[in-house]
Amino acid sequence: MVLLQRPHILLLLIGTHQFLQCWIAFGSVNEEGQKQAEFSEELLLKPLPDHKLLAHFHFQSSGPPSTSNGCHHHLFPKAISQLVQKFRIKEMELSFTKGRWNYESWGGFDPLSSSNAKPPGVELWAVFDVPQHHIDASWKNLTHTLSGLFCASINFLESTATYSTPEWSFPPASGNVRYGTLPCEAVCTENLTPWLKLLPCRDKAGIALLLDRPSLYRGFYHSQQLHLTSTGSSSEGIDSGIILEQTLTVVLQPNSEMAIEVHASEKHIQPSWSLSSIFGKQVSGRCVLAKPSSVYLLLDRGLSAANGLTSENFWSNPSFELSANPDRIFLEESSSHSKSLSILYMFQVEKYCESEPFDIGLMWKVPVAWLCQQTPLHASRFLMGSGNERAAIAISLKSTQFTEGFMSANSKDGSCELRVDVFQVVPWYVKVYFHSLRVFVDQQPRAVSDIIEKIHVSPSKDKMSPGVMEVVLKLPCRVNTAALTIEFDKGFLRIDEYLPDANQGFDIPSAIISFPNFHASMVFLEDDSLNKSPLLSKFQEKCPVMSYTEVLLVPLTTPDFSMPYNVITITCTVFALYFGSVLNVLQRSVAEEERFLKAKAAKKTGRLPLLLSKLSAKLRGRRLEPLHSPPSSSSFINSKLVLKVILVAGLAVGWQYFFS
Amino acid sequence: MAETKEKSLSDEKPKPRVRPIVRLGIFLISHSFLVSVVCCTAGVLALFLLPVLAKNTYISENALMPGSASPMLSNQHVSDGNRLVKDLTNPNSKSSETGIESHKIIAQYMLDLGAEVSFHKFHPQMNQFHPLHFFSSPVSGKIQENYSCSSYGINTVGIIRAPRGDGKEAIVLVTPYNALKSGFGEALSLGIAYSVFSLLTQVTWLAKDIIWLVADSQYGEYAAVAAWLREYQTPKFSSLSTPNAEMCPDVNNLFELKGHSISGSKFSNSFRRAGTMAAALVLKVRDQNEQFEDTISIYAEASNGQMPNLDLINVVNYLAVHRQGLRVNVEKLWPLLNSSWLKSLGEIFESLAKVAKSLYPKWKFGIPATEYVEGTATLASSLYYQALGVPTGPHGAFRDYQVDAITLEISPKFSLDKVWRNDILLRGGRLIEGVIRSVNNLLEKFHQSFFLYLLTSPSKFVSVGVYMIAFALLIAPLPMVAASLYVDANSSSNCSKGDSSTPSAITDTDEHGIAIRSWRWLNSAKLVFIVHLWGAIVSLLPYFISQIPDCSPTTSFMIWVLLSILSLLTLNSVLASPLACAKATQEKEWALVKSVTISSVFIGLGLMSVINFATAEIGALLMVPMCLLARPLKLDVRAGTLRSFCRLICNLVLGHIAFPPAAFFLLKGMLDGFGNANVGDFWMWVESLWAWNSATYLFIDLTWRAHAVVAHQSCMMFWNLDVLVLSL
Repeated sequence: MVLLQRPHILLLLIGTHQFLQCWIAFGSVNEEGQKQAEFSEELLLKPLPDHKLLAHFHFQSSGPPSTSNGCHHHLFPKAISQLVQKFRIKEMELSFTKGRWNYESWGGFDPLSSSNAKPPGVELWAVFDVPQHHIDASWKNLTHTLSGLFCASINFLESTATYSTPEWSFPPASGNVRYGTLPCEAVCTENLTPWLKLLPCRDKAGIALLLDRPSLYRGFYHSQQLHLTSTGSSSEGIDSGIILEQTLTVVLQPNSEMAIEVHASEKHIQPSWSLSSIFGKQVSGRCVLAKPSSVYLLLDRGLSAANGLTSENFWSNPSFELSANPDRIFLEESSSHSKSLSILYMFQVEKYCESEPFDIGLMWKVPVAWLCQQTPLHASRFLMGSGNERAAIAISLKSTQFTEGFMSANSKDGSCELRVDVFQVVPWYVKVYFHSLRVFVDQQPRAVSDIIEKIHVSPSKDKMSPGVMEVVLKLPCRVNTAALTIEFDKGFLRIDEYLPDANQGFDIPSAIISFPNFHASMVFLEDDSLNKSPLLSKFQEKCPVMSYTEVLLVPLTTPDFSMPYNVITITCTVFALYFGSVLNVLQRSVAEEERFLKAKAAKKTGRLPLLLSKLSAKLRGRRLEPLHSPPSSSSFINSKLVLKVILVAGLAVGWQYFFS
Repeated sequence: MAETKEKSLSDEKPKPRVRPIVRLGIFLISHSFLVSVVCCTAGVLALFLLPVLAKNTYISENALMPGSASPMLSNQHVSDGNRLVKDLTNPNSKSSETGIESHKIIAQYMLDLGAEVSFHKFHPQMNQFHPLHFFSSPVSGKIQENYSCSSYGINTVGIIRAPRGDGKEAIVLVTPYNALKSGFGEALSLGIAYSVFSLLTQVTWLAKDIIWLVADSQYGEYAAVAAWLREYQTPKFSSLSTPNAEMCPDVNNLFELKGHSISGSKFSNSFRRAGTMAAALVLKVRDQNEQFEDTISIYAEASNGQMPNLDLINVVNYLAVHRQGLRVNVEKLWPLLNSSWLKSLGEIFESLAKVAKSLYPKWKFGIPATEYVEGTATLASSLYYQALGVPTGPHGAFRDYQVDAITLEISPKFSLDKVWRNDILLRGGRLIEGVIRSVNNLLEKFHQSFFLYLLTSPSKFVSVGVYMIAFALLIAPLPMVAASLYVDANSSSNCSKGDSSTPSAITDTDEHGIAIRSWRWLNSAKLVFIVHLWGAIVSLLPYFISQIPDCSPTTSFMIWVLLSILSLLTLNSVLASPLACAKATQEKEWALVKSVTISSVFIGLGLMSVINFATAEIGALLMVPMCLLARPLKLDVRAGTLRSFCRLICNLVLGHIAFPPAAFFLLKGMLDGFGNANVGDFWMWVESLWAWNSATYLFIDLTWRAHAVVAHQSCMMFWNLDVLVLSL
C-alpha cells in the first residue's frame, strides 16, 4: 500500500506486485467465506401530517476488507474504496440538500429525521485516521476528489477559512473531525447521476428505477447522502471492510392537482397515493445483486394512535386501504414514555417481476390528523438589528408539545435539566464578539455562567479560519423559551475578497442544535429477518437527536464594483499629469525663456502674434508685461476675441436655420 | 487663495510665479459679484430645466424580467378573494367591538391555504423626540408603563414557505386593515392580497418566502407596520414586569379559539419569521372613485428623503402600464398645474427646443409645454416630500431597515359592483403577482439602479448626476464671496491701520501684524458661534416644552417664542463681552462676520446635500440670496442711493421670507389660502417633523441659525443706527 501511494516509481514492478497481491487476496476471501460484498436496497414510505409523503431510499453496500480482497471488487464501487484507502477515512458523510426540512410538521425526533434532515446545500464531515498534522492535507485532497466525483464545488471547502474542527459538540466527537458546509450550493441531477453510478444496478433495475428525475426534483425536500464507515483501521491491524450507505430522502406532494379541486370540507382527508402516481414508475423486480430488496410503509406513533391502531387490531384497519398485501408487519417494541407504537408494513420486491410490477397504494377513507414527534425544543435562528455596521445572531429555542410529556416521565427528581449542545460556525467576515453572548430563559435575562455549562470558542482569523462556537446549555426542564444572542460586526472586505454574487449577501451556515440526553431509535420486535435489513438495524441504533437551524443571509456593504476602474482611470490621469509637468520642468531653462519673451515683446509685431504670445504666456502661468497690461486688459482683448467667435457662430447658425 | 492674493498685493516686487489655477481663482474672487449673479441665475434656471433633462426610466437589473411570464392568476383565485371580501363586509362579522372577529376570519382563510399564521400584538408607540437621535438607527422604543388592555393592535401575519427555497429571503406584502371601521376599499385590498396569496401557495416557481402582513391600522398604518418590523428585526427577549398584551383576556381568548379548531401545527402564537426581506409592497385601495381611468398611485418617499431603488418603481410602472392597462400616478403638487407662468416657461423651452431641432435634427431635448408643467409639478412634490423627510406611507418603516418598499394605491374607476370588483381584483392581483414574481427572480438585492433620483413622471427621472449641477451652481458663489469679503476686510483694515499708526511701525512689525490680522476672523467666528449656540438652544427647547402637559399648539408656540427671546437675552448678558467688543469695531467688522457666516452656511449646505439633497436644495434657494445680499441696514440707509435702497428692501424681504415660520406660513398660505393659517400650525408641523426624526428639523435649525446670524448682523447695524440717532 505504501507503494500504491507512490505510483511514479517503477510502474511495471508495481503492476506485477499488485496483481500478485490481488490474486492472493481473492484466494483468501474464498477461504474465509463469510466476508462477502453485500448490497441491499430498501425504500421506506411514510405519510406526513401535512398531506405529504416521505420517501427514503436506502442503499447499502459493504465492501470486504481491502487486505482480503485487494483492489478487486464485485459490487463495491472502486472509486469509493480507493478514496477510503488513500485518505484513510474512518467515517465520512456527504450530503446534498435542496429545500428545508420542516421540523414542525415532519418531526424531528425519529431516527429518520434526525439523520436525514440536513441543511440546504452541501455538508461534508470526515474523520481521518492519520496523524494530526496530516489531517488538513488529507481533507484538502478529499474535497478535491469528491468535487470531481460528484460534479459539485466541494473544492471550495479546501481553504482553511471554510472548514472547522469541532472539538466535542459535533456528534461523532473526536479530534480528527473536519466539518464544512456550502450553504449556497445548488443541487440538481448532475449531482444525482454520479451518485447513482455507485450503485451496482444504477437506476436500471430494482428500487432505484423509481428515481424519476422530474418527480424527485418537484418535491419539497430532497436530500442525497453518502455515508462511509470504514469499520476497521489499518493501523490496528484488523481491516474489516467498508460500509457505504447511500440514502436519498424526498418529501413529495401526492397528486397536487387533485388537491386543489377538492372542497374545503374534504381538505382534511389525506391524499391517496400510489408509487406509480408519485414517481410515475413502478418497480419491475429487484436488482439481482441486491440481497434484501424491500419496500416499507411506516406509520409513526402519532398516526397509529390517531387511527386507533394497537397491537391487536392492526390487521383489520378501517381508516385506510393498502393496494398490496404486506408480507410482514412489524410492531415497535413498546417504550416507556409513549403508549402508541409505530407500525411497519414490509413488502418484498423479489416476488414481483416484469409482467407483474410492484406497486403499492394507500387510500384514506376517513380524515386523520396527527402530529409527528418533535424535538424537545424547536430551534430557530434569525438576524437582529439594522444597518450595515452591526447586527446580532439570535438562536431561540421554544418548547414543543412533546416536551411536557417527556419531561414528566424523565424527571424523577425535582431538579431535572435539559442539555442542549449548540455548534455554530461563522465565516470570518462576520466578526463575532463572544463576550456579547447573552442568554434569556423564559424571557428573563440570566447570567451566562448559570446556564452555560461548557463553552469552547475559537475566534476567527481574518481570511484564515472561521469562528467556531460550541456551547453546552443546561436548561431547566420546564423551560418555555430560551434565547441566545451574540453580536457581530459586519466585516468590511477588500474588493478581491467578495464572492462573485456579492450583492446577494453572505451566508452564515446552519447551527447544529443537538440534545445529547435524547436518543432517537426505533426498535422493532425481534425477528430473524430483521438482522438482514440494514435500514431497520440502522433505526435501532441510538443516534442523538439533532436539528439544523436556518441558513442566514447577511447583507454586507458592497462597493460599486466598477470602482476599481474609476480608481485606475483617475490614478492614471494623475500620473500622466505629474510626469508631464515633471518633464516640462526638467526640459525648460527659465532664464532663456524670459529673455526670449522680452525680445518678443520688444519686437512689437502685429496684433495676432501678440495675442498668441500673450495667450501662451498666460497658459504658462507668468505675466507678460506686469506693469502695462493688468489682467483686466487681457480679459478685454479676450472678450473681443470671444465676441468675434460668437459673431461667426451666430452667422453659421443663422445660415443653417434659414437654409434648412 | 486669498492669502496668495494678499501676498501678491503686499510684496509686489519679487513677482513670484503664479500658477494658472491660482490666477483663475484670483480672477473669480475679484469678480465675485458678477460670478455670483451668473451662478445663482444659472442654478435657478438649471432647476427649472430639470424636467426637460429628465431621462426615461429603464429596467437596469436584468434578472427582474418583468412581464416575461404570463400571469397565472385566474378567475378561481379572484373568486376566492371575493369570498373573503364578502365575509369581511358581512355585517355579522363586525358585531364584536374589538374587531377580533375579522382577524379570525383572515387567519382562518390563510390557514386554509396552508400558510403559517401568527398574530402579532402590539401597543401603539408614540414617536418620541430624542434630541440627539437623528440619523441613528431606529431604536426599539421604550415601552410605556401605563398600558391598558384595551389599547393594543393585532397584526395578522401569514407566511408561505417557498417549497424548494432555502428560506434566506422573503418578500413582504402589506395590507393595512382597520377592523373597527373598515371601508370597502380596505376589504378589497385584502381580497386582492388574498387572491395573490392563494395563487402563491400553489406555484412552483417561488424561491423566496412570502409574508402577508395584515397591519391593524386602527392606530395608524405606519405604527402597525413599524411595530411589526421592530419585533421582526430587534425583538426583546426579556419582558419586564410591565403588563403584557398576553395577559389581557381578550387576546388569550383569540388564541384559544384558534388553537383547538385547527388541525396540524401551522398556527402558533409565537412570532414567526422568514429570512432577510428583499422588498416590500404596501397595497391599498382607495374608497372614492376615480373619474377617468383605473389608476394606481405610487408613493415612494421614505424618511429623510430616502427612496427605494428605482428598479422597483420601474417594475410596477412597466407592469401596470404595459400589462394591466392601469394609469400610473405619482404625487403632484396640484396648485402648480394651473400656474400660467410655468406654462409660459414651458412654452419658451418648447420653442427653444424647436429652434434647436431645426438647426440640428439630432437635438431632441424638447418636451411639450403641458408635459413640462406636469413634470415640474411632480418634481416639486418629489422635492417637497423628500425635503420634508416624513414618509408618505407605511413603506417608510421598511426603509429604516434597508428594505426597498413602496406603497401602491389603487383607485378604481367605477362604483364597485360585482363585475367591476372582479375586474379590479383580477388586474390588481395580476399586477402584484407580476411584481412579486420579478422580485422573486432576483438573485441579488436591489442595487443596479438608482437610489438617488427625483421623479418627474412615473416613467421619467432625474438622476443625481444631473440635479447636483443645479445645486452646485447655486452654492458655488458662496466660497468666492466669502473669500473676496475676507480679502477686502483684511486689505481695508490694513490701510486704515497704516493711516492711524506711524509708518515705521508697519515696517517693523509687518510680519507680526500680518500674523495677528490673519487670526482676526476668529473674533467674528466667535460671534457666529454664539449665535449658532443660541440656535441650538432654541431648537432643543421644543423637547422640553412638549413635556408640559395639556398645552395647546398656540400656547406652546408662544412659550417657545418667549423662551427663545429670553435665552437670547441671557446669552447676550452672559457672553456680553464678545458681543460688546464686536460692537465697538462693528462698522469695519461686518464684512468679516458676513464672510464667516457665508462659509459656515456653505459648509452646512454642502453637508446637507450629502444627507438629503432636497432639503439642501430648498434651503439653498432660500438662503443663498439672503446671505449674498445681507448688508448692514445702516450702511444702506446712510448711502441713500436708489441702488442701496433696493438692496435694503430686498434684504428685509428676504430676511423675513427665509425665517422658517414665515416661510412656512407663506407656503401654507399659497397652498391653502391665507385664511386658515394659524400660529399653532407651525408648532404642529415642527412636532411632526421631530417625531419622524426628520433631518429637516435639524436643517430648519441650521437655517434658523444662519438666519439669526444674518438678521443679527443687519439688525445690529439697525440698532446701532437707532443708538446713533438717539445720541444725536
